[in-house]
Amino acid sequence: MSRVIYGLLWMALQFSVPAQAEEVSREQIKGIDEQVQEIKKDVLSISSELKLLEEKLLYPSNTQVSLFVSLTGKDKFRLDSVEVMLDGKPVATYIYSFKELEALRAGGMQRIYTGNVQTGEHLLKVGSLGKSADGKEQRQTAEYRFKKGIGPGLVEINLAGPGVRSNGIEFKDW
Amino acid sequence: MAGKTLRLVALLLVSGSTLASAAASTALKDPYFGEALYYAYQQRHFDAISRLDAELTQYYGVDEPLLDSLHYHINQAEFSVGDFELGYRMHQRAGRAISAVIEGNVPAPVRNEAIYRLSRLFFQTQDYGNALHAIERIKGELPAGMENNIAFLRGQVYLANGRFGDAEKIFSALEGKSGYQGFAAYNRGVSLFAQQRYAQGVAAMDRAGSVSGSERATEAIRDKANLVLGSRLLEKGEAQLAGTYLERVRLEGPFSNRALLGAGWADIKREDFKHALVPWSILFKRNVTDPAVQEALLGVPYAYAQLGYYGKSALLYGSALEKIGGELDKLDASIDSIKQGRFLQALVREEGRTDKDWVIRLRELPQTPETFYLMELMASNDFQAMLQNYLDLEDLRQRLESWGTNYTAYNDIIELRRRYYEPLLPSIDAQFRKLDSVIRLRMEQRERLDKKLKKMLVAPQPEFLATARERIANEDIAAMEKRLKGKPVDAATRHRIERLKGAIQWNITTNYHARLTEAFDHLAALDKDIAALQENYASFVRTRQAATQSYQGYDEQIRRLGIKTGNALTTVNTLMARQGNLLEVMAVNELVRRRQKLEEYQVQARFAMAENYDRATKAKSEEETVRLEAEQKKPATDAPKAEQPAVQQAPAAGQGGQ
Repeated sequence: MSRVIYGLLWMALQFSVPAQAEEVSREQIKGIDEQVQEIKKDVLSISSELKLLEEKLLYPSNTQVSLFVSLTGKDKFRLDSVEVMLDGKPVATYIYSFKELEALRAGGMQRIYTGNVQTGEHLLKVGSLGKSADGKEQRQTAEYRFKKGIGPGLVEINLAGPGVRSNGIEFKDW
Repeated sequence: MAGKTLRLVALLLVSGSTLASAAASTALKDPYFGEALYYAYQQRHFDAISRLDAELTQYYGVDEPLLDSLHYHINQAEFSVGDFELGYRMHQRAGRAISAVIEGNVPAPVRNEAIYRLSRLFFQTQDYGNALHAIERIKGELPAGMENNIAFLRGQVYLANGRFGDAEKIFSALEGKSGYQGFAAYNRGVSLFAQQRYAQGVAAMDRAGSVSGSERATEAIRDKANLVLGSRLLEKGEAQLAGTYLERVRLEGPFSNRALLGAGWADIKREDFKHALVPWSILFKRNVTDPAVQEALLGVPYAYAQLGYYGKSALLYGSALEKIGGELDKLDASIDSIKQGRFLQALVREEGRTDKDWVIRLRELPQTPETFYLMELMASNDFQAMLQNYLDLEDLRQRLESWGTNYTAYNDIIELRRRYYEPLLPSIDAQFRKLDSVIRLRMEQRERLDKKLKKMLVAPQPEFLATARERIANEDIAAMEKRLKGKPVDAATRHRIERLKGAIQWNITTNYHARLTEAFDHLAALDKDIAALQENYASFVRTRQAATQSYQGYDEQIRRLGIKTGNALTTVNTLMARQGNLLEVMAVNELVRRRQKLEEYQVQARFAMAENYDRATKAKSEEETVRLEAEQKKPATDAPKAEQPAVQQAPAAGQGGQ
């Protein structure tokens, strides 16, 4: 009796992946996977076309302005939020999640705002809130004047924690 | 069988994705590429591909790609799009993107890196033949810093293709490399076991199971190596040694339950039933949906029975039967719940977007009973791939639905713009036409002046630069001469006229250079005004064009996009239904399988409980008989003996090394 139990119980010590259910074949899985890949391709194509349409319709290049946020200093600074004012009007407020902060730390750039402005000079005001490595709250503000030409305007807002450089917020007109 | 199992386990140890990892090391020179990376780092693959696709299309569409800032990152972007597609489980397209790099005229390290990625892609999709074919094409200089990654993948591919000797050599060389010790030793052990080189395999696994480090991956490989080695030794009948390795597995970890179960069986095999109760008693208290815990429900009373505690054993079998009954009810409820579609509803809940462990956490939620028994199934590659596809389809469905409503809004915007601009534009155009003709006239005048002045530099013509007064004076004099013609004029008058003419001519001639310089200055000043005029003109033309473009030429595109979106949505819904059905079938099958297992346990427990009750009753009756016989022989007032006291619960401690 005990041998029978032993035999039955020992089955559970097999460490293979659970047996595939008979009703779902590998061909079925593969077939539907290929169809999913195909529809992803189609939807990505619609997305690209839609992006271009939106740019043309909502943000034509002669008035388009995009603001990007990037981070310097990696682990020393925990960015919590950013506020952006363009020509005296608040245009973006963003609170960062852990994943978004990690993406910025890894070298990604966040497009925080896209809008329309006339050609000519514009004033950008940026405020950021974060914590330094020792947990101290860091509040920084900076201003930047940029000239919007005929083409799309691209401005990078580069944020850095305390001690990285003299200016916590730097700008780059692309 | 064991070799195959070990190989499967080894194949699960896929090297970590290097998704666009190089990006952070180089300063970004294209913000849109940076944006694609920002999405990719968050695993938002759809957005990353969509962004990068648009950038690459633009890059290849311009006349001078070198002026596009993406050209600084073009190789990296080509790789990244393949990586993103791989991350988005678009293996076919990723393969094509990477192949395009391989076929291109690129340096050997770039080409080799592309081949490595292609091979990894095949390996991850379990296409081991093509993975081998690809990795064998790597020749010449390797990309800096990737030598070990390539070697590790090569070893895995050899292992998957049954070239155990070649794989073993590679893993042997990698064992000394930082960051690879545990993984290389583990895979080397698998290779050696597959070659029936048992003793060397045990030694390699032992090294993998004792590798130092507190990183999650190191702890996992250590536990896995000890579990696999312990199980292997147990199969070979080396129970004592097996127990030692199984007890090395951490008590808190994904392999803990199976290790505790195995450790108990190692003790049973050595007939140390008392010691078997130690790991099994720990298991006994854990989540009862785990197969190892369910097995321990029967294992503990089995050990008590072997120790001769039949009463205790029977009671524990009774308790196990109660728990099994409860679990069977739960399984029935789970199957019913899945059939009603609640499983799929739970999987696509909003929490899944923010919590990557959401599917695992589902087991803890009382409102999702259908997931309690699916942890093992959810850990399988096929189920994971199907689940991810289902979640991706749900994401696509939401996007497509949102776009569908956007089109209506776009049409509204276009209509509003049309209503605003159309009445205004005719009068604006009429005014513009008038201004345009004036501007053109002035421009022609300027051109004529410019030509004249340039000619005068070569052939001086002072009279061209006469002032208005001088010209009027000259005309007056000419008129006067005309009037005097044929009339008697005194000499003094004639002399005065000649002197006036001479004075004017003198001024014109002597001031010529100064006047020419002044004329050029005026022309330069005019050019400034003309430049400003042209800027305004161009600005007006652009604005006018933008006004028209803001509402014209979209109807057809939006209509076409609307149809495409509608068709895609229909396909997505169909695929979701099919994919969801497959997931449900797999889940129900898994639950039915677990149910059957529990029913087997139930039968075993019933028999064992009855057997132990009989034994306990028999023992008691024998004891009673002995007592009565003793009483008959020597009547006295001895107190009746109770049943043998229950064996004390084994302490949780004593699992040294776990």
